[in-house]
Amino acid sequence: MTVTENTVPAGSADHNTVAEAAEATVPAVSKGERFTSYDVRAFEVPGGREENWRFTPMKRLRGLHDGSAVANGEVKVDADVASELRVETVGREDGRLGVAGVPSDRIAAQAYSSFSTATVLTVPKETKASAPSVIRLTGPGEGNTAYGHLQVRLEQFAEAVVVLDHQGSGTYADNVEFVIGDSAKLTVVSVQDWADDAVHVSEQHLKLGRDATLKHTLVTLGGDLVRISPTATFADKGGDVELLGLYFSDAGQHQEHRLFVDHAVPNCKSNVVYKGALQGDGAHSVWIGDVLIRAAAEATDTFELNRNLVLTEGARADSVPNLEIETGEIEGAGHASATGRFDDEQLFYLQSRGIVEEQARRLVVRGFFHEILMKIDVPEVRERLEAAIEAELEAVGA
Amino acid sequence: MSSLEIKDLHASVVTDEGAKEILKGVDLTINSGEIHAIMGPNGSGKSTLSYAIAGHPKYQVTSGEVLLDGENVLDMTVDERGRAGLFLAMQYPVEVPGVSMSNFLRTAATSVRGEAPKLRHWVKEVKDEMSKLDISADFAERSVNEGFSGGEKKRHEILQLGLLKPKMAILDETDSGLDVDALRVVSKGVNDFKASNDAGIMLITHYSRILKHVQPDFVHVFSEGRIVESGGPELADALEESGYVRFTGGKQEEAAAR
Ligand SMILES: Nc1ncnc2c1ncn2[C@@H]1O[C@H](COP(=O)(O)OP(=O)(O)OP(=O)(O)O)[C@@H](O)[C@H]1O
Ligand SMILES: [Mg+2]
Repeated sequence: MTVTENTVPAGSADHNTVAEAAEATVPAVSKGERFTSYDVRAFEVPGGREENWRFTPMKRLRGLHDGSAVANGEVKVDADVASELRVETVGREDGRLGVAGVPSDRIAAQAYSSFSTATVLTVPKETKASAPSVIRLTGPGEGNTAYGHLQVRLEQFAEAVVVLDHQGSGTYADNVEFVIGDSAKLTVVSVQDWADDAVHVSEQHLKLGRDATLKHTLVTLGGDLVRISPTATFADKGGDVELLGLYFSDAGQHQEHRLFVDHAVPNCKSNVVYKGALQGDGAHSVWIGDVLIRAAAEATDTFELNRNLVLTEGARADSVPNLEIETGEIEGAGHASATGRFDDEQLFYLQSRGIVEEQARRLVVRGFFHEILMKIDVPEVRERLEAAIEAELEAVGA
Repeated sequence: MSSLEIKDLHASVVTDEGAKEILKGVDLTINSGEIHAIMGPNGSGKSTLSYAIAGHPKYQVTSGEVLLDGENVLDMTVDERGRAGLFLAMQYPVEVPGVSMSNFLRTAATSVRGEAPKLRHWVKEVKDEMSKLDISADFAERSVNEGFSGGEKKRHEILQLGLLKPKMAILDETDSGLDVDALRVVSKGVNDFKASNDAGIMLITHYSRILKHVQPDFVHVFSEGRIVESGGPELADALEESGYVRFTGGKQEEAAAR
């Protein structure tokens, strides 16, 4: 039996719902049967109407999806990592690559078929990294295209905090693998702070071993088009994944986050919280939250939430949660999605205490993101994000 | 010496079906040092009066005036009214997720006072006010009103009253939902505020029990969008005895019986 549930709880504090895209449809094809392949030739060129692509402005992909985007640049990788960690640059033939997941769309397969070298970051077994590790990825430059591959692997009982910091210009497609060994613990924050021209399409493969823990945060601030698809799978029981996201879409920006949590083994947990703010003409955010609980995945516990705050006219947020349940023996499963404008009651309350409107708005937006920011337990990153949010608010004069 | 003058105030609520007139000619003047109790049945428009004065966007003033020390309040934005010395303790205080009470209080005090209070003095000031109202210190780091019980929300409205020190305060059913002890604490907060600020107070209530703690100078009966009767404290006792029925033409018997 497949049950797809889509509920938007009535208690949502939002007024003036702008886009309520919690579609009560059973997907035509179960997420469990999606096509995957390492080989780009195995995929048809998408036209834009496919379920997978219907929100993406294909013209702005600069040919990443149809093979016309030929690599003519490189993404510069700077690793500033804790001393216990190992960083390697390896060739395509390295046997460790590709173990966390198989590309599930044509661009990911294109990236997998096209990269020349990969970066592998290893946290040896039973090692706790003494400091956060930062991998800075700088785009190939305006007008240039690059493909890349990165793998972060934690051997059993390893622990680490890893920050991926994307910046610069150009067009970039890649696969990122997180291979988290048994009982290992990884905190990762991936920041997409691209320049205005950048196009970045990425599939992130999250594979958790037995009793492994992953806290994965995506922060998307910049870029012309950013589309990130994290897929989480569990190799064995006891995995616990928290997927957090924060995005701020400005005029003309397309920011798309497509999540898939595949519960195929018993006793695993997933918790998804994504929050976005949008401002300016043509700002567009897309959030897809697919959770599949397969028949074998008894005692699964999952929840996902997406909230969007639309700050100005002309911005659009699409939000599609999707929960497919194939077993009745689950701990809990739920999801919620809400998109709203500023809450007039909140603004009135703050203003009635003498706080000027502009400042009241800032308080509300900061408050909106607070829940996520507090969960980012890398102080340097949190401070930088707080500053970035302030800057975004300055820009619009909210 | 301050005054709040409400002259022939008419206001409508903006709903999806259009505007609906709620206030139908309210006349009332409150001077500093005075407490005016407003009592009236459910739905008679008491909260609408307080919202209209504070400038809530859902309520539209269609005619009449509200003057604070002779200045036209209705021309001011909501925050200008707050800074001019008006304060509304709301019947249902609003939750603001992610904004800590301490951040909120300091931002509000900075706005109203025109400069940021010196940090050291401020910390002590807040601590003192909180302990007077029996509010435990950990509330400072909680989100504004989020998950507060009804009584806790009311205490925090009075905390703001004590810290923001307005010239005129409107307390909309601040006594509702308070147990006996909380009522005493909150009443003391209101009395202390009045004594040290020589402020005027409009106290909206359904029950005369708070009036035993906070002595009104005037009592007004509010019905169908207007004040229909005014008197001294004895009027509150009469209302307690016989209900609103003789002022409302019998229409609101049910409400009056509560
Ligand atoms: N936002 C609104 N939308 C629709 N109707 C409203 C709104 N606000 C007030 N009203 C209506 O206006 C009338 C007066 O409401 P108001 O809240 O001012 O009464 P009140 O005297 O404060 O009542 P209570 O004693 O129950 O608090 C009621 O009939 C109410 O239903
Ligand atoms: Mg009321």
